[in-house]
Amino acid sequence: MIEDSAFWSLTLALGLGTFLIRFSFLGLLGGRQLPDWLLLHLKYVGVAVFPALIVPAVLWPAALGGETEAPRVIAALLAVAAGLRFGPVGAITAGLAALYAAQALL
Amino acid sequence: MPPPRHPFRAGFRDCLPFVLIVIPFSTLFGVVARDAGLDVLQVMSMSVIVIAGASQFTALALLQDGAPVFVALLAALAVNLRMAMYSAALVPHLGAAPLGARALAAYLMVDQSFAVAVRRYEDSPEMSVSEKTRYYFGCMAVVCPIWYGCTLAGALMGRAIPAELSLDFAVPVCFIALLAPLLRSLPHLFAALVSSVVTIALAGLPWNLGLPVAALAAMIAGAQAELVLRRRARKEGHA
Repeated sequence: MIEDSAFWSLTLALGLGTFLIRFSFLGLLGGRQLPDWLLLHLKYVGVAVFPALIVPAVLWPAALGGETEAPRVIAALLAVAAGLRFGPVGAITAGLAALYAAQALL
Repeated sequence: MPPPRHPFRAGFRDCLPFVLIVIPFSTLFGVVARDAGLDVLQVMSMSVIVIAGASQFTALALLQDGAPVFVALLAALAVNLRMAMYSAALVPHLGAAPLGARALAAYLMVDQSFAVAVRRYEDSPEMSVSEKTRYYFGCMAVVCPIWYGCTLAGALMGRAIPAELSLDFAVPVCFIALLAPLLRSLPHLFAALVSSVVTIALAGLPWNLGLPVAALAAMIAGAQAELVLRRRARKEGHA
């Protein structure tokens, strides 16, 4: 059971902290020009962050208590392949369909 | 690609596919949060105040495990640190927009709008700041109302969704759908590979600390790979 006071202090602090993170560069730097070396690195933010979120969630899912399960790994690989070929909708459809199929078969 | 004639509508249209993931993702948060013992008002407050699904799941899971508030807070903030990088990456595009627009853009900054918008900005570099801003808000006009609405739907449904549906898998699938269209060159692929390997190597670190380290390593790897390819292309041009 989560206590009310714990919940509200966490939610308010997390909301404020998250806004400050999001506003950090956009708010402070405004129209100032960023140096070229930084722009070069920023191009790779997306491809650098998403795998770090995907890999643990697929290999050690909290719903299974952190146990690795073959259907999820297979479904994730198929989702990546479908995403490369058919875009976001392909990734979602292939990922969930493959998970249900693999769970039914394995 | 030429700049879109109606940037807001173009952003709305380009983000539409993500409805398919935002719906299960936000519904799932509503369900999971009710399951953890929150009431509907608490669930909705969290989604409106924080509006960052991955960190909300993290905070909730830790609180439920009985972790102290500051530990749950630090872990959830660590999950959101990636958005400092998004914020920096958006400066060249939205940095010249009015302060109010930038503040609203910051509040609404989520993975989907970031990934879709940056991709379009790179494809249509002639877009003006105002066009880029309208495009961004067009993206969020899809994601944000669904985020609120489906959190509410999930919270009201409560435990009606059976665990056998493995809806939690919608979370990584959502990130895969965001990642795949960004993998469009060798350096991008290399960066993603480095991020995956470092994440696995650092899996033992507490509080998601592996995430920022892996992301930084991957950004450096991608940038270096691009420089190597550029140098090689220049040499071949001379030969």
